[in-house]
Amino acid sequence: MNKYFFMLLMTFSTMIFADTLYITLEKDNALAVVDGETGQLLKTVPVGQRPRGIAFSKDQAYLYVAASDDDTIQILDATTLQVSGNLPSGDDPELFKIHPNGLWLYVSNEDDNIVTVVDLKEKKAIAEIAVGVEPEGIAIAQNGQWVVNTSETTNMVHWIDPQNQSIKDNTLVDPRPRAAEFSVDNQWLFVTSEIAGSLSRIDVSTKQVSAKLNFNIAGVDDELIQPVGVLAHPNNEMLFVALGPANRVAVVDIETMTVTKYLLVGQRVWNLAFSPDFKRLYTTNGVSNDISIINVDKLKVTKSVRVGHYPWGIAVKANSTDSSSSKSPTFVPAER
Amino acid sequence: MKNTLLILRLVCYSGWLMTCFSGSIYAANMSVDIAFLTEKMPVSPALSNLDPILPDAGVQGAILGTKDNNTTGKFTGHHYQLKHMDVAVGEDVVPAFELLLKEGYQYIVADVQTSTLKKLSALANTNNVLLFNVSSTDSELRNASCSMNTFHIIPSDDMKADALAQWMLKKRWKKWFLVKGRDQKDLNFTKAIKRSAKRFGIKIVAEKTWNFDHDARRTAQAEIPVFTQGTDYDVLVVADVKGLFGEYLTMNTWLPRPVVGTQGLVPRAWHRTHERWGAVQMQNRFYKQSGRWMNDVDYSSWLAVRAIGEAVTRANSVKAEDVKGFMLSDQFSLAGFKGVKLTFRQWNQQLRQPILLAVPRAIVSVLPHKEFLHPRTYLDTLGYDEPESTCDF
Repeated sequence: MNKYFFMLLMTFSTMIFADTLYITLEKDNALAVVDGETGQLLKTVPVGQRPRGIAFSKDQAYLYVAASDDDTIQILDATTLQVSGNLPSGDDPELFKIHPNGLWLYVSNEDDNIVTVVDLKEKKAIAEIAVGVEPEGIAIAQNGQWVVNTSETTNMVHWIDPQNQSIKDNTLVDPRPRAAEFSVDNQWLFVTSEIAGSLSRIDVSTKQVSAKLNFNIAGVDDELIQPVGVLAHPNNEMLFVALGPANRVAVVDIETMTVTKYLLVGQRVWNLAFSPDFKRLYTTNGVSNDISIINVDKLKVTKSVRVGHYPWGIAVKANSTDSSSSKSPTFVPAER
Repeated sequence: MKNTLLILRLVCYSGWLMTCFSGSIYAANMSVDIAFLTEKMPVSPALSNLDPILPDAGVQGAILGTKDNNTTGKFTGHHYQLKHMDVAVGEDVVPAFELLLKEGYQYIVADVQTSTLKKLSALANTNNVLLFNVSSTDSELRNASCSMNTFHIIPSDDMKADALAQWMLKKRWKKWFLVKGRDQKDLNFTKAIKRSAKRFGIKIVAEKTWNFDHDARRTAQAEIPVFTQGTDYDVLVVADVKGLFGEYLTMNTWLPRPVVGTQGLVPRAWHRTHERWGAVQMQNRFYKQSGRWMNDVDYSSWLAVRAIGEAVTRANSVKAEDVKGFMLSDQFSLAGFKGVKLTFRQWNQQLRQPILLAVPRAIVSVLPHKEFLHPRTYLDTLGYDEPESTCDF
């Protein structure tokens, strides 16, 4: 391992970041606010109908929440959590991601087979990109070069060039691709296929699948292993994959594409997020109505917290005790 | 800008057969022709006027499946075309089938009765085309009368009966009162129910045939309490496929007992209240297209066309033998909005799938539950398993 990276890890282990979690509750039409460190539910705030995708604006001043049944993305003031406006998201917005330029928001409209691009400054839809049947996952490379969308019934990854908001390439993947995530060095794209129970690693330069991993858990029926949410650790070695009704999070070595550990969490684990210091991993568990908190260094589940009905999306914000700690630390990717 | 985009989208939707894309950026270089054959059946006397008679059952699912295939096809260069053929009540289906063979169709989705399917299966074998059964639930077709080029998409009577029995077992409702009609389909379903009862240790404590031929609307209150008297039981199981009397059993039995089977709690491949696993999107797309809710035959037809599309895409071939080989391989899996992958049983070419247990306005459960163990997959606890199958290709 790169020694600088190790030193960086050491530095972080001595610092403590307090953080707040914002979790959308699909069946409660509300947002749960949880203290990340203690796992305490602080409050529940009403939002639009069937809230799912959630993310902060780049400057963390606003919180965007996809209210799927209201066909809109709500803009919340990040401090007061009051709804201050709406974004024209198109019908039935579910998952969305914000481009690193902080300006473009990409959202899938499942019923219409399109991805809508919203200009966050103008609050206007600037493009609609026709994709496959039932678009779902969105991932954006950290260097901003590619936006990808997965379509669940077409079973493809669509490569969108944000320069002209059009599809440049398509990659066929296993059935029902749900979520996608770029490696932190932007070389690989990881895609989970819910029905096939697999994880594909796609080479970003060739757009071809370079490796595939089929999950296998002793004592769990293959049909129940349904990979959904996926999150890359900034060390560029570890990848976390939520396995839905298998009630586990898989820890994957991205180089060898093997599972190093399965972590038992709540029922129907769906989306994942890190604490700002990457010490903790949070999972939303739709059926058991809770979130699990995982100690990332020890790879141990430490806590589960009941938050409300059908927790779905999760966004994390560092508590701003002073100006320096309000930003997420930047990791240096390890050499491969 | 937004208006232009909207118009563009509308154009795309309306002209789905000539998708905007196949003509412009992505050249369609492989064509897949699928035929849909409907054998019209005489309309049975209705118990109530509640349910409209559907002239387009099945084919609407195939149309939607073709649309979905073409959305994928615009990225892969495959173009799917669907031809629909109706055969009038009482007419011979074979000439229509032979016409399709002459026109070179390799994939034929058939909504026909059991006796017809047997004839078509033989023709499909000799002509090396693939036949997809989307409506016949007869267990004989999956056993003694199975055929090597015929795939069964719709769940069999046995799969449905097993789903019911598993749920009853879970509820510990293990004493059944069986009421059957006199139609051949009722007898087939009765056979399946008896087989399931035996498999899951359920006792049929009484069995009666509904022989009353007067109008059930006027006499249900008087007749059904008497008809169901004399035995204690947990549930009343009804086998009335055409719906001639079954609806009137609920709330009219002598003892207060639930009704399951072809009425009451029903096993289905699809149901309009099914919402989980992305089914809402499917329901919406279907409703938007056809102005009605999807039924089992529509769903099976959608699956048949999607299975062809999936195999063509993955095998990257339009040849029937390649498509068949891929469908039966371990690599094939189909997403059907039921939370698990759907695959084919190699021993009788039946599509494995969960069964929905529904009441008119809700899904009660989705079977099998994972507690029903099986060495291969828990989905094989429904219907004829490999050692039980009498199918020999």
